[in-house]
Amino acid sequence: MNYFSKMSHVSFGGNYLEIRRLSRKLLASHSFLFISRVIKMCGIIGFIDRTKSRMDGSSIKAALSLMNERGSGDGAGYAAYGIYPEYADYYALHVFFDNLAEPKKKVDELLQQWGEIVHQEEIPTTPQPGIRKVHTPWRYFFKPSGDLMAGRMDSEKDVVTYIVMEVNANVKGATIFSSGKNMGVFKASGWPEDVANFYRIENYKGYIWLAHNRYPTNSPGWWGGAHPFNLLNWSVVHNGEITSYGTNQRYVEGYGYKCTLFTDTEVVAYLFDLLGRQHELPHEMVVRALAPPFWDDIDRMPEKEAELNKAVRLTYGSALMNGPFAIVVGTDDGIVGFTDRIKLRPLVVGENGSKLYISSEEAAIRVLDPEVKNIYTPRAGEPIIGRFIE
Amino acid sequence: MKTVRIDAKGMHYTPLNQKIRAAVADGAEEIILDNILGQRFIGDGLRGNVRITINGVPGGDLGMFMSGPTCIVNGNAEHAPGNTMDSGMLVIHGSAGDAVAHGMRGGKVFIKNNIGYRGGIHMKQYEVEARPILVVGGTAHSFLGEYMAGGLVLVLGIGKEKAMTDRGIGSGIHGGEIIIRGDVDDYLLGVGAKKFEFTESDLERISPVIKSFCEHFDLDPAEFLDTNYTRIGPASSRPFASKYVWE
Repeated sequence: MNYFSKMSHVSFGGNYLEIRRLSRKLLASHSFLFISRVIKMCGIIGFIDRTKSRMDGSSIKAALSLMNERGSGDGAGYAAYGIYPEYADYYALHVFFDNLAEPKKKVDELLQQWGEIVHQEEIPTTPQPGIRKVHTPWRYFFKPSGDLMAGRMDSEKDVVTYIVMEVNANVKGATIFSSGKNMGVFKASGWPEDVANFYRIENYKGYIWLAHNRYPTNSPGWWGGAHPFNLLNWSVVHNGEITSYGTNQRYVEGYGYKCTLFTDTEVVAYLFDLLGRQHELPHEMVVRALAPPFWDDIDRMPEKEAELNKAVRLTYGSALMNGPFAIVVGTDDGIVGFTDRIKLRPLVVGENGSKLYISSEEAAIRVLDPEVKNIYTPRAGEPIIGRFIE
Repeated sequence: MKTVRIDAKGMHYTPLNQKIRAAVADGAEEIILDNILGQRFIGDGLRGNVRITINGVPGGDLGMFMSGPTCIVNGNAEHAPGNTMDSGMLVIHGSAGDAVAHGMRGGKVFIKNNIGYRGGIHMKQYEVEARPILVVGGTAHSFLGEYMAGGLVLVLGIGKEKAMTDRGIGSGIHGGEIIIRGDVDDYLLGVGAKKFEFTESDLERISPVIKSFCEHFDLDPAEFLDTNYTRIGPASSRPFASKYVWE
């Protein structure tokens, strides 16, 4: 096989031809901006109300904006869970269309081939001086058809995953950036307030919120490269770099995932889907696989624990993520926060009754909840998990 | 004493720091900042003997390059308070984030509770006149005093069974000293760090620091004035010589 055909999309590792091909593709979308390597920050927030009491997006916007210093105006985004109760049984597919002609026709056809579109519309937006609307954000509420799946795919979720990968890899001018049930991602190039106002984020009420303020360093700033990254009900916000990206990407691509969004964080969403959904590991164990203890720490553990940790490291060596990162993941049943093993990025946790907050900065948590209690910084690699109370 | 009070509610750090500088230029000896929430760079590069009381949680890099003033924080601090601070003092009545006293060159940083990762990273000193001091009342996370080149880091472990339980203490240290109350497990030491005996003369040296810390937080210094400490310093002055030099 030709070496270049195996090259990753995003490993800007000095491969001239690959960089040229990518640059052209991005130039064509008129929305790219290469930033040289500077101090990398990014601001992240995760929020959950464990009783599923919903909060509108206005305070999460204010909290994210407090950390504007951590961004560069090249990308911001929000994920909210619990926002589409009237369509809770349907997959909400959020799509960026370059235009509503050919790309949309192809996506419509693909969805109709695999199931039923119960409703579709342009995602309501309000023009902002700080945002150039280079894509049209659209949403479908979609249900895969049961009879088609028999013998072909394992579950509805596999069908939706297939559709996301197919569109993002092969339909020019269309990117599915959100594909969960009763949740949605809203993101674009711009500052946190502008992106929030563009999508009228205060009109959505969610029991989980993720928010991200981007400072792109080694990949371009474009709408699809803003966080959160999503697949099904997994959404990821990330501050840092996944320097093991190439290894992780090859690993998930072996299972049919396609990394197409030019940003390292994308692979984290697929790792969670692979380990958490397909391999059915609990969240704690997924974190253990992605940010495992060092071998000498394992050597000091009691025998049973050491055995388990060795098995995780040996089984999931290719899922191990290196480099600096602080991450919050939204899931079906809660949120998960964790950092890299030597804590090269900040993460602060706060609690107040049924509410759990995870953020890059304590002040952002205090904007969301001035009465917050029990503020602390978790240990490197320690999973912070907030689940719904049944 | 000339006092200036500033309500910082919703104020961005740029106008806030401009107001602080204007007040100092105007001869203020005491500045009280109310409703601080996340404003970065407070007191940065500020000179003189002004005393700044910060009510709230200041943003990152509090007192960076500061030379002289005292900042009292009634709350927690975010990352890197005391970053490359020259002289003066930070007193934090709470905890602080990662990289506290990063590259600090002089003065004192007193933290009542805990600090995050890499406290005292790259602290340095110039002979005896510029010797930075970081004191942590509670505990610190990994890589305390990483690449430390000078100064003193003291961890008291108040309310903790063991003052330090995180690894990588003094990783790459090549100057200065880290003094931790009680015993420190060997595996917690970083590459290039070594334990030394803590003597009566060491105690004599650090007792003014302990007394000053206790005074700020209204603690009784008596229980900290014994020799139950571990002193950690560099195993050599060039711990990575063989890594970067080919002779």
